[in-house]
Amino acid sequence: MAVLLLAEVVNGQLALDAVSKSVSAVASLGDVHVLVAGQGGDAAAAEAATLAGVSKVLFAGDHGFCHTLAEPVAALIVSLSGGYSHIAAAATSDAKNVLPRVAALLDVMILSDVTAVIDADTFERPIYAGNAIQTVKSSDSIKVFTIRTTSFEAAAGGNSAPVEALGTAAETGKSEWIEDKVAASDRPELTSAGIVVSGGRGVGSEESFALIEGLADKLGAAVGASRAAVDSGYAPNDWQVGQTGKVVAPQLYVAVGISGAIQHLAGMKDSKIIVAINKDEEAPIFQVADFGLVADLFDAVPELTSKL
Amino acid sequence: MKVLVPVKRVIDYNVKVRVKADGTGVDLANVKMSMNPFDEIAVEEAIRLKEAGKAEEIVVVSIGVKQAQETLRTALAMGADRAILVTAADDVHTDIEPLAVAKILAKVVEEEQPGLVLCGKQAIDNDMNATGQMLAALLGWSQATFASKVEIDGGAAVVTREVDGGLQTIKSALPAVISVDLRLNEPRYASLPNIMKAKKKPLDEKTAADYGVDVSPRLAIVKTSEPAVRQAGIKVGSVDELVSKLKEVGAI
Ligand SMILES: Cc1cc2nc3c(=O)[nH]c(=O)nc-3n(C[C@H](O)[C@H](O)[C@H](O)COP(=O)(O)OP(=O)(O)OC[C@H]3O[C@@H](n4cnc5c(N)ncnc54)[C@H](O)[C@@H]3O)c2cc1C
Ligand SMILES: Cc1cc2nc3c(=O)[nH]c(=O)nc-3n(C[C@H](O)[C@H](O)[C@H](O)COP(=O)(O)OP(=O)(O)OC[C@H]3O[C@@H](n4cnc5c(N)ncnc54)[C@H](O)[C@@H]3O)c2cc1C
Repeated sequence: MAVLLLAEVVNGQLALDAVSKSVSAVASLGDVHVLVAGQGGDAAAAEAATLAGVSKVLFAGDHGFCHTLAEPVAALIVSLSGGYSHIAAAATSDAKNVLPRVAALLDVMILSDVTAVIDADTFERPIYAGNAIQTVKSSDSIKVFTIRTTSFEAAAGGNSAPVEALGTAAETGKSEWIEDKVAASDRPELTSAGIVVSGGRGVGSEESFALIEGLADKLGAAVGASRAAVDSGYAPNDWQVGQTGKVVAPQLYVAVGISGAIQHLAGMKDSKIIVAINKDEEAPIFQVADFGLVADLFDAVPELTSKL
Repeated sequence: MKVLVPVKRVIDYNVKVRVKADGTGVDLANVKMSMNPFDEIAVEEAIRLKEAGKAEEIVVVSIGVKQAQETLRTALAMGADRAILVTAADDVHTDIEPLAVAKILAKVVEEEQPGLVLCGKQAIDNDMNATGQMLAALLGWSQATFASKVEIDGGAAVVTREVDGGLQTIKSALPAVISVDLRLNEPRYASLPNIMKAKKKPLDEKTAADYGVDVSPRLAIVKTSEPAVRQAGIKVGSVDELVSKLKEVGAI
């Protein structure tokens, strides 16, 4: 029994939080082989080899695997699938794009957002925006799944697994990468940050979002947003937390001007401490908040920022 | 070009989900059901392509229980031309897995020969986020998932995708499967006259067996449980109190 784990690589760098947590999620299932795909991924492959529990790293350095385009990367994984009982990856947008394609090519089901590995065939996953947890047992010969990394601890470093270069050339022609619009930021990454400060529609404008960012910077936090804030253009799409955005579980989550719709709660209710600042004392967000402050955010946020 | 839009009937997104006491699933009897919100966006996008002269015909298809007919009528009222209902289950609690749905859709594609399939990125009940990708795989087509902008340009679709880092633009050769995200458009409401007209639009009824697809599940549901509930917290009276509480619990 061995597991093929597709590594998340961003601009040639290993997404250490996502990969190390997925390694520990699958550790009980057998030998773990990590696949790094994409030209320029040498350093990412070397870094993956340091993770405890990894027995081998496969590095496919063909240019055609860059940007994790679904068609060539899925074909690559299928070509390697022979020796594996499980194929997995952290539930990133790349993995959600690629792994269902892999599963269908192998004629097996996909399991998305696994939060617990019970045994080789049995997994837990949230459904209905996290309002129910389902335990499912797969009868497929190969299990293909994505992992909700907030449910797992990171694997330690200090390993030196061998890295094996694959000469596989990417099949091309179906889709072509044109551009990425990615805002560079010095803030911690949203899904792995220890503190997240999120703003909602109550923030009112893109300019006022600076209040949220100011508080976040004071706390060394990542910035998040509700869908309403993103739809209204106050915040970029990659800040969205929720059922259709990112799932976060920081030590501290501060929700400002967010009502607490179930779709938003789906992305943050496993945070350790939740703080809500909202002027409506009936807002549902207070039902999940450890500390609720009924106040106008335009008074409370500047005051809080200055007192930290 | 013909556009095929798969639409799923799901629990309405405003309904509070209740897990059945015996742990066999979620209670769906007598709750409000609607079209999956992502699929409304896919239907809307298809209609806009037709209005822009880039598509000639919009065919909507739903796979599930016979009540999915209502969902198809909604899509027809929005502006789709024709519908196909594939009955694959009798009990409203039976969810057909994405792999089986994709297999049926692949057969529909073989028959209908669309140039584009527009589907939702995920269904809000099972949250699998898989059907479009699986369909593209079975057809050997290109895929562009999580679309927030779609431009059809000759033999290709230029698609802006919402990804973890921000936005990514790719160009996918047609025919392709595009899965849509929430910010692609705002779906229209069906007007009353259009709801009336939709009743006369053609709706073909098929079964999974007509397509020779085995819909037996690959995943057995062992149990369905309530998530852990959070302990209700406290309200603080001032920013100062908030700061001292956060220090007390070591959060800052
Ligand atoms: C899995 C993986 C994903 C990566 N994703 C990105 C990414 O999203 N954005 C990014 O800037 N770098 C990415 N990189 C890093 C990338 O491979 C190169 O290290 C980097 O682009 C160097 O580019 P260059 O223009 O300096 O040099 P060169 O490598 O000589 O590039 C020359 C040209 O080739 C094209 N090119 C090179 N690398 C890539 C690539 N990965 N994808 C598409 N076109 C490329 C570009 O048009 C570039 O201008 C990724 C690396 C890996 C391993
Ligand atoms: C299929 C689907 C998927 C979805 N996915 C997501 C998702 O991933 N993430 C997500 O967040 N949402 C998602 N939503 C949307 C969700 O249902 C809500 O509409 C959204 O979360 C509301 O955002 P909000 O709380 O910012 O806005 P609102 O609900 O409008 O709440 C604004 C809050 O701000 C407060 N407020 C206003 N002014 C002030 C002030 N001056 N000071 C203090 N408080 C103030 C108000 O009291 C109110 O509680 C989804 C919806 C659907 C249908």
